[in-house]
Amino acid sequence: MADFSAKEVDDILNGQRDGTESSLILILGEIQERYHYLPRDALILVSQWLGIPLSQVYSIATFYNAFSLKRQGRHIIHVCTGTACHVRGATQVLDRFQRRLEIESGETTPDWEFTLETVNCLGACALGPITVVDGQYFGQMAASRVDKLLKEFGMERERA
Amino acid sequence: MEIVRTPGQLEKLRRSLSKERDPNQPCVTVCGGTGCRAYGSERVLEAFQVEKKAQTNRVNLRMTGCHGFCERGPLVVIQPRGIFYPGVKVEDVPQIISKTVEKGDIIDSLLYVDPTTGQKITYESEVPFYKKQGRLLLDMNGQIDPTSITDYIALGGYGSLSKVLSQMTPEEVIDEVARAKLRGRGGAGFPTGLKWRLTREAPGETKYLVCNADEGDPGAYMDRSIMEGNPHRVLEGMIIGGYAIGADKSFVYIRKEYPLAVKHLGIAIAQARGYGLLGKDILGSGFDFDVEIRLGAGAFVCGEETALMASIEGRTGEPRPRPPYPSQEGLWGKPTNINNVKSWANVPLIIEKGADWYVQMGTEGSKGTAIFSVVGKINNTGLVEVPMGATLCQIIFDIGGGIPKGKEFKAVQIGGPSGGCISKEYLDTPIDYESLTELGAMMGSGGMVICDEDTCMVDLARYFMTFVQEESCGKCVPCRVGTKAMLETLTRITKGEGQGSDIDYLLELAEAVKSSSLCGLGQTAPNPILSTLRYFREEYEAHIYDKSCPAKVCRDLITYEVLADLCTGCVVCARNCPTGAITGERCAPHIINQALCVRCGLCKGLCNFDAISVS
Repeated sequence: MADFSAKEVDDILNGQRDGTESSLILILGEIQERYHYLPRDALILVSQWLGIPLSQVYSIATFYNAFSLKRQGRHIIHVCTGTACHVRGATQVLDRFQRRLEIESGETTPDWEFTLETVNCLGACALGPITVVDGQYFGQMAASRVDKLLKEFGMERERA
Repeated sequence: MEIVRTPGQLEKLRRSLSKERDPNQPCVTVCGGTGCRAYGSERVLEAFQVEKKAQTNRVNLRMTGCHGFCERGPLVVIQPRGIFYPGVKVEDVPQIISKTVEKGDIIDSLLYVDPTTGQKITYESEVPFYKKQGRLLLDMNGQIDPTSITDYIALGGYGSLSKVLSQMTPEEVIDEVARAKLRGRGGAGFPTGLKWRLTREAPGETKYLVCNADEGDPGAYMDRSIMEGNPHRVLEGMIIGGYAIGADKSFVYIRKEYPLAVKHLGIAIAQARGYGLLGKDILGSGFDFDVEIRLGAGAFVCGEETALMASIEGRTGEPRPRPPYPSQEGLWGKPTNINNVKSWANVPLIIEKGADWYVQMGTEGSKGTAIFSVVGKINNTGLVEVPMGATLCQIIFDIGGGIPKGKEFKAVQIGGPSGGCISKEYLDTPIDYESLTELGAMMGSGGMVICDEDTCMVDLARYFMTFVQEESCGKCVPCRVGTKAMLETLTRITKGEGQGSDIDYLLELAEAVKSSSLCGLGQTAPNPILSTLRYFREEYEAHIYDKSCPAKVCRDLITYEVLADLCTGCVVCARNCPTGAITGERCAPHIINQALCVRCGLCKGLCNFDAISVS
């Protein structure tokens, strides 16, 4: 997990084609990409650079699902809860992840290993229910495959 | 890469490129859509590359966009004969090269078996899934490498743009699109030609054009497939549109959740710029046009056009009242024309083949084709393109192959969270914009989720309500509060705490939210409730009065039990039960402690002997 650095954020800001408000979402997108969340200090820099109130930066940061204000875990698990996955049992898969990791969706384990998120649809419905871990797709998921998957990504704790 | 400066130069380039594409030269195409990639098609392609070298074969390899038959990926088609091998594994590759490519032999064991007849099928065009479709927009996906502009040009790509710039006035282009009766493929079906005319005639020098690629409906992915598989056709349509409307700047607003589509579109834009098909003085016509990508940041409401524009301007994606319509006052207050990916992709075809040809397809009011992503409880999950007017039965049974595991078809949900469910009585209805709306659904983005007897309709309505409630931007009260109230009521019903008055209460709320919400998201949010109540009212009543869930889905209304005569005591369920609710001796029937059971269904999924029952 990369730590916040003012220089990196400066680089992102100076790399923008235009310094107007309309690039705010693009800038936040790049910061999110870099750190997997939006560090508060970075948001302050953005507000100063664009010359807009910090509250406006926060209104964007909290409106869009792609942005997170909280630090994310080392592995990010996305459970697809699109309609096709839903009718094929995604709820049970999500439930198993939640129980196993002892967190709710949207949370990160205390050891910063796993962040659990849901996603509305990945458009790979033939493989539903689908789970994506660190960008890697796992199709035809079932609650019974969750434990094995977590183990593959280094989860060693005994079952809850 | 050389800049193409005139229509003549483009035609010359096309001729030399198509000469290079020897039609008799064997070519192995591997599907590289998101679905097939998730099945491992990139590893299959690598294996082909290795094998090509090892066997010093002169076969062409091409990774294409989505072929549509996502159920059976990774898909491999060997051209020119069109030999079709679904579900190809890395270990199958050497013999495909040595037998099929080298000698032309068909490998029997790799062929597709039609599940209904049990017959093996050799050619892609003979597979019932493809045979019964009418693929217009998706047709080229299997033939080109989407990251290669020369593939597109070789097959006539950018020919329509060339025709428009050299032979047609902007008004003539608009007339042609209007005569083709193309309607907005984003779901609402507004006449595209009229929209273009309104934007063209709106006062002001600066005008913008937008491609709405914020395909947020869960279960719909045709826009993604077109952008992944044939991004140049979308660009070509946009450039033609820009010329017709008088816009020189445009945006593609695309979901961040579609990384491959974003990548391919970016490559396509760079290539088009490199060839001078985007930028200044396109093909020597004096017309300038450029495209910029804007990534959606995960807000469903941004598919709504006024919210989308707010998002492009860098603000929160909150809709505003219309009028003024975007064609009058859009991006930064300037006239703006917004169309969906499929609408743009239709344009080059209409220009190439003419409006007279286009209007031959479809129904009286809806011309051309419709693309549906047929997903859920269906044998052949995939993208289906049919002429407007095809029936649900043709799509679900003839093309989709029916319902898996011999289950009963129950309903089809069309149009995502804005759409509705249609029950089996209406399977023979010809589908177009009007008929779907009459049935309480809508064309929407074209997501078609098939439900079988194991899908609870109240739970499904609750699912959609959870979705829209989370995605409601909160600006207007009816949507913000109304969706919350409807969700709470539905949740109570699925928990067995429903009251006799709940159905009337839901109907009243639905009507209020529908008539008084600010934007399309809120106005259509009650549709899933209204349509399930219309066709499946008895399921609601069963939940409310009998406290039972007929489809055995709603957790608070079901119990899991071990069938003692089937249980072998293999202990798999006991070992995996997350709450330790299952106990028993090895080789003896087990018991579920109902006080501990959380009804997660894990045991039922794991049991190899069907010894877990739900009631």
